[in-house]
Formats: sequence, C-alpha cells, structure tokens
Amino acid sequence: MSKSRPVNKAWKSLAWLLVLVAGLVAVNGAGVVFGGGSWTPKLALDLQGGTQIVLAPKLESGQSVTPEQLTQAVSIIRQRVDAAGVSESEINTQGANNIVVSIPGQPDDATLARIQASAKLEFRPVLVTSAPSSATVGADGVSTPAPTADPSLSTVPAVAPSNASDLNNITPALQAQFIAYDCAAESTAATNVAPTNLPLITCDLTNTAKFLLGPVEVSGSEISDATSSLVTTQSGASTGQWAVNIIFNDAGSSQFADVTTRLFGMKGAQNQFAIVLDGRVISAPSTNAVITDGKPQITGGFTQASAKVLADQLKYGALPIGFEVQSSDTISATLGSTQLANGILAGLIGLILVVVYSLIQYRVLGLVTVFSLGVAAVITYLLVTILSWREGYRLSLAGVAGLIVAIGITADSFIVYFERIRDELREGRGLESAVEAGWKRAIRTIIASDTVNFLAAVTLFILAIGNVRGFALTLGLTTLVDLVVVMLFTHPMLRILGQTKFFAGGNKWSGLDPTALGAVYRGRARFQTPAIAKGSKSAGSAKEAAKRQTIAERKAEASATAQDTKTASKGN
Amino acid sequence: MASFSNFGNDLYTGARSVRIVGRQRLWYSISAILILISVVGPIMRGGFNFGIEFSGGSEFTVSSLAANADESIATATVEAIVPSVIPKVSKLGGTSIRVQTTQLTDVQTRDIRNALAADYNVGTDQVTASFIGATWGQDITSQAIRGLIVFLILAALVMTIYFRTWKMSVAAIVALLHDLIITAGIYGISGFEVTPGAVIGLLTILGYSLYDTVVVFDKVRENTRGSGRDLSRTFGQQVNLAVNQTLVRSINTSVVAALPVASILFIGAVVLGAGTLRDISLSLLIGIIVGTYSTIFLATPLYAQMRSSEPEIRKADKKVLAAQVKAAESVSA
Repeated sequence: MSKSRPVNKAWKSLAWLLVLVAGLVAVNGAGVVFGGGSWTPKLALDLQGGTQIVLAPKLESGQSVTPEQLTQAVSIIRQRVDAAGVSESEINTQGANNIVVSIPGQPDDATLARIQASAKLEFRPVLVTSAPSSATVGADGVSTPAPTADPSLSTVPAVAPSNASDLNNITPALQAQFIAYDCAAESTAATNVAPTNLPLITCDLTNTAKFLLGPVEVSGSEISDATSSLVTTQSGASTGQWAVNIIFNDAGSSQFADVTTRLFGMKGAQNQFAIVLDGRVISAPSTNAVITDGKPQITGGFTQASAKVLADQLKYGALPIGFEVQSSDTISATLGSTQLANGILAGLIGLILVVVYSLIQYRVLGLVTVFSLGVAAVITYLLVTILSWREGYRLSLAGVAGLIVAIGITADSFIVYFERIRDELREGRGLESAVEAGWKRAIRTIIASDTVNFLAAVTLFILAIGNVRGFALTLGLTTLVDLVVVMLFTHPMLRILGQTKFFAGGNKWSGLDPTALGAVYRGRARFQTPAIAKGSKSAGSAKEAAKRQTIAERKAEASATAQDTKTASKGN
Repeated sequence: MASFSNFGNDLYTGARSVRIVGRQRLWYSISAILILISVVGPIMRGGFNFGIEFSGGSEFTVSSLAANADESIATATVEAIVPSVIPKVSKLGGTSIRVQTTQLTDVQTRDIRNALAADYNVGTDQVTASFIGATWGQDITSQAIRGLIVFLILAALVMTIYFRTWKMSVAAIVALLHDLIITAGIYGISGFEVTPGAVIGLLTILGYSLYDTVVVFDKVRENTRGSGRDLSRTFGQQVNLAVNQTLVRSINTSVVAALPVASILFIGAVVLGAGTLRDISLSLLIGIIVGTYSTIFLATPLYAQMRSSEPEIRKADKKVLAAQVKAAESVSA
C-alpha cells in the first residue's frame, strides 16, 4: 500500500497540528480562567498609551552625577524593568540628571517599587544593633523617649579607627543619635544617605531592629551575579533550605575576603555584616566562615520567594547612585488606537494583495497558500497572546509591522515548495512522486533560510534594546511558526490533494498542470545525456529547444563560430 | 498567466536564459554606481535627517483635533513663546499634531503646552509634553552595530558549515553589506527622518537579504555538486542555470514580500503621516527590492567568479568548453 502511506502520514501530521492548536487554545484558555490571561494580546505604549516616569538622582550634598554614572544607571534600570517582565519599555536620559522610564499600560505596584527601589547597594559591617524604638522602658514599666542628640557632642572619633569594624568609629555624637533614632519615625519618608567612608544609622525593612553600621566595605557594583537556589549537601542531595548565592567580581572577592577574615573572629553584632539597599538593611547575616573565593552563600529562614527577592535586589541593586521618582504621568491613548486601527488595516490590505497574487500565480494551489497563511496567523496570534500573558510581552506598532512583514516571508516557504514541485513535474514525474521529491528538496532550503532568519531575530533580541527587541521577537516567532505550518499543514495538504482527481489529473486550474509546465517526457528525464539532436520535434520540443539554446549559449561563451551554430540549429 | 508559467518552464530547461553569470562587469558597475549614489546622495542633501530620538529635544503632541486642524497655529504658538526655536510640525494619525523643538527649559515647556491647548481649543490633558535625551539614538545605534557584527560572524559561520564553502558566505555577506548601504542611502535621499522605526527596518533587511540569498545558493549548490551536476556545462553555466531556475521563485517571493510592506507604506504615508509604520515600511521596501536584486545580480555572479578561478574548476571548464565547441560544430556539420 505504498500509495496510501504518504496520505496516512499526512493525516497524522494534520492531527498533530490540531493537537498543537488545541493545546495552545487550552493553555491560553486556562490562563483566561485561572490566571489573568486574556484572549487578546496586551498592547504597548504606542498603541494604547502608557505611563512615563521621570527619575531624579538622590545625591549627597555637593555630589553630582557624571554621564558615565547616568549611562550605567539607565542600563541597570533597563535590566530591572525587563526583569519585571515588562517589554517594550523605553528608558532614556533626560537632560543631565534625569532618567525617563516609559512603561506600557498602568504598571503594577511591584514594578513601580522595583524601579523606585533603584538605590545603591553596599555592604557595611554592623557595629551595634538594638530595638527599633528610641524609648527606654524603665523599671516602672513606663517608657521614656530618649532625648534628642545634643548637637554640641563631638563628631570626630577620639581614637582614629583602625578598620571599619572598629568601635572607635562611633563618635559621641553618633552614639547619642543612635540612641535617639526611632525607626517608626524614620519610616519611608527620607532614605538615609551617608557618605561611604562614614558610619550609617538605619533600620531594617520591617523596622524590627536598628543598626549602627561602619563605613562601606564592599560596594554593590562589585557583585557580578546573584541567584537563589536550594542548598545542597556535598553529595548533591537537597536540604530543602533556600539560599542566596552571590558572586563577586575580582575586586569584590578580595574586598569581601578581607571583611570576612576580620568579622569571622568577632563576636555578637560585630560578627554580622549588613547589606544595605536604598539606605535600609535588607539582610544582616552573620559570618560563619572566611570566604576567599568571592562566592558567599546566605542561608537561614528563606522561602523560595524571599530568596529570589533578595537575589534580585543584589543582582540589580548595584546602582552607582540612588534615584527617586520626580514625576509620573500617563500618556493619552487616542493616538495609540488610531495607529493600531491603521496598522490592522494595512495588514488586511497586504494580506488581500498576497492572496490575489497567489491565486493568479498558482490558481487553486494558491488556496493552499491562503489556508496555510490562515493557520500561521491563528498559531501566531495564540503564541503572542500567551507570551503577553506569561512573559509580559506587549505588541507595539513595530511588532505589528513585524507580523505584516512575516506574511511575505511565510508565503515564501510555500512558493519555494510549489516551485520545487513544478520543477519535479517538469522532469516528468507524476504528481504524487513530484510532491515527495519536491518536498525533500524544498524543506532543506526552507530550513536553511529560516535558520538564517531566526539567527537574525535571536541576535537582535539578545543585543538590541527597547522596541527593537519586541520586533525581533515577532520575527523569530513567525519564523518558527512558518516551519511548523509548512511541515504540519502545507505539505500534508499537498499529499492529500495529490490524490484527488483534480490535482493528480493535472487540471488546468490546479496550478500543477504538467502540460502547462512543459513536462512531456514520462519517466526519468535528465540533462546529463550529451547534447544529441534527435529531431523528433513533437516529442521533446521543450527539451530540444533547451539543447539548442544552450549550445548557442555555450558557443557564444567559447566565442568561436557563433554564427554557424545559429544557422545550424535553425536548419535542424 | 500562462505566459508567466511558460517563462518559468523555459527558464527551468534553459530554453530561455538570462545571462547573469558572465556579465560581472555590468552588474558590478551598476552596484558601484548605486553605492556611489547612496553615499553621495545623502551628503548632497546635507546628511541624514535624524529624528528627535537621535538629536534630542522637546516634543508636544496635541490629540483629539478636527481632521483639518491648521498646523501653522502650532508654529505660531511656539514661536510666540520661544522666538529662537524653529518647531517641526507634523500630522499624526489624522487627528493629532506633533510639534518637535530643540531642548526647552521646564518653564518654556509648560508655557507652550498650555498655549497649545488654548490655541487649539482642547484640554491640557490632550497635550502631552516630553523631552527626549540624545542618548536613545546613541544607545540603539551602538547596540545595532554590535548586533550587526555578531550576526555577520554567526551567519557567515552557519553558511560556511551548511554550504561547505566559505566563498558562498563571502558572496552572501558582500551582497548584504551592499543592501544595507543602498537601503540606508536611498532612505537618506528620500528625506524621511531617521527614526528608531527606520533602524528596525534596516535591521530586518539583515535577515531578509541573507534569507533570499540562501534560497538561491541552495539551488546553486544542488546544481553544482554531486549527482545534480551537469557535466556538459561549465561551472559558470551551471550557476547561471541555477539562478535562472529560481528566477520565478525570486520574482514571486519579492512580489509577495513587497505587497504587504507596500500596503503599510501606503497606509503609513497617506493616512497616518509621520511615524513608525511609514519609516519601517520605507526602509523595508527598499531593502526587499535591493535584496532580491543583489542575490541574483551580485551574490551569484560573484560566487561563480570566485569559484571559477579555482584550478580544478578551471581545468574542468576548459574540457567542457572544448566539448561544447566540438558538439556545436558537429551539429552544424
């Protein structure tokens, strides 16, 4: 049953396609029902309006921002926004100081917090910790607020401190300030900014303790990576405990080695170092070992979520300067909706033109193109919708353009395939074997060329920024969809259609009419046989013509006796 | 369209043949002239017209206007407040107007925003004001150049491995650079602003140009290697037959790829006015046309020429040519 085998395979492929589409619909449907998914993709700033945030640097007095710092801050904030799953965001500098973050739609609180929490990250040794309140509770049970610090107290250490952990860092003024410090009063209003070479008084994020910290020992910018993972024993078994892993760069490694060498020998609070983000202590682990390889691991009481939060804070927290939101306003959507409507209109016109051209060129076969494009459109739409739900992808005008451009590139696979089948028909094959032989050659070409296209998309996606990335994503996505459709739809369809009388009989309107394609020989017809004029005009006119023409051509190139050949072939 | 499919048949069998390989001098001259125009043209126009994203500046958008809103009002409004500034006013999406100026102070920005709202008789919430630092353009350009270089290296490697000859890689990449230069040049001559959209279009050409070349080269490879080889033809003739056999595909593909892009360009330019769609589609349309041209008329002849000088191929070609002359003589005899 060699005849029906390709057809069985074809039905199988179509079944797989159905499973794939149904699977995508199910995934997206589950998203809609259970987890904030939607049947339409989310739109980017230029299509639906959005929010623009202006960030201004928080500076210590007398400090100014260098262009290098601003550039670094832009790239760090960009990483953070991208890490929050917001694509199509644009981050620009404004003037000499500010950074503008454009976010599509209304950003959620977590994203806003992540952008605003963009402060500097530093490691300071802990000198003293105590309860968060400034009040002292007397023996009578009545709490008395501590007096405010006397400004006349000395702010210069009596003995020059030998290192950052030295308690000589604590001046009388600082001591008084620390006693008077109340975490509740400090709250979120003002963030602590202290020069890196001086001690800092601050609280942890939950206001459960206040800290008096030594000068900065390692800056957050020395962190090259931070991850969260389960702690494993030496044998590789998981202990079920979550940990945060930090990897320092070379400078950070040696600085951190110095710190842990010193702190390891210390007792009590002085054994701890504090990780300070935005002037607040986000973690104050104690030192259990001297770490010389620059790869410390923080453990203790983490959940999976809290470990990831700390790891992200460490990874993206290393801004050279702190920022605060200066203004944040939402852009009107009027323009966006006009752009979207017209983009869709352009797409429809383009699609109709492609359909008409395919029908003219390939007749009924053109309908296969139309349906293939339809299938590709459905799969792409579902993927974009799922991506926008799972990954926060947002369709921008550039993305829409990418999709419209993809119509052409997708249709090209069908053209390559159809032309190959026609070539095989011209060689004198029957339709069924022409479809199989043509496919074998076409799929190689399609895979090779799609690889190049996909490579371009991946390179752009990895290296580009802002809306170029969104565009690259649609380009890569449609390239993959193209492969799926041509393999699971177009080819099986042709296998099945090849069995119908309409196509196999070479109907004039099928687009695969062998006589129209100039195939006259039934059987193997190759060009390898040397050129011998057979003379039987009716039998192989096309091929004969080829021989004569090529001879003429060859003659011309050999640039000898060209005249003779022409006469000869005419006279033949 | 029977004639077109006949044309395809004739090209396939070789009955009709466009002599592409063998006229290198003509094609190279055409490309050289095009490149020259692409370099000199934009310079004659005074360089590329960079958009606000590259030059930096302030931008105002007035929305919810009547379709026939007078653009000159905006110019007058801005000039009344800051006389030294020459604003660029353009229509956006039919009912909006965009005003771009050089960098303004916060006070000037606020004044202009209020004045625009008053003069166009819309609420201040319909006028958005923004300022764009000059780094966007620098950022994206440096990233794009990095992406371009990385892509070229990767693509060259992939093609060398796939085609098993570095000469195809070189020919394809020469054609790609040719496309990028000409696309950028013609875009510059058109006088359209260079915006992020234009850059995106140009980057897409990266993929498209090579994609197109790979399709044709795959056929060339098939015709010039192993069992597909026609021993009665010289290497150049084999390549020429391959490019002719894929000519119908090339024409159909470029038409199909260009149609949707042309429709975006039409909608973008006629309905929307300045904006992303128009800029992307213009650079894409140029790129698609140039890309198709360069695959056929630059990459293929260049490849044939590079290979034809290989001693082994030259030897084989000599034999074939001699046989062809002999065959022709025997026919004429």
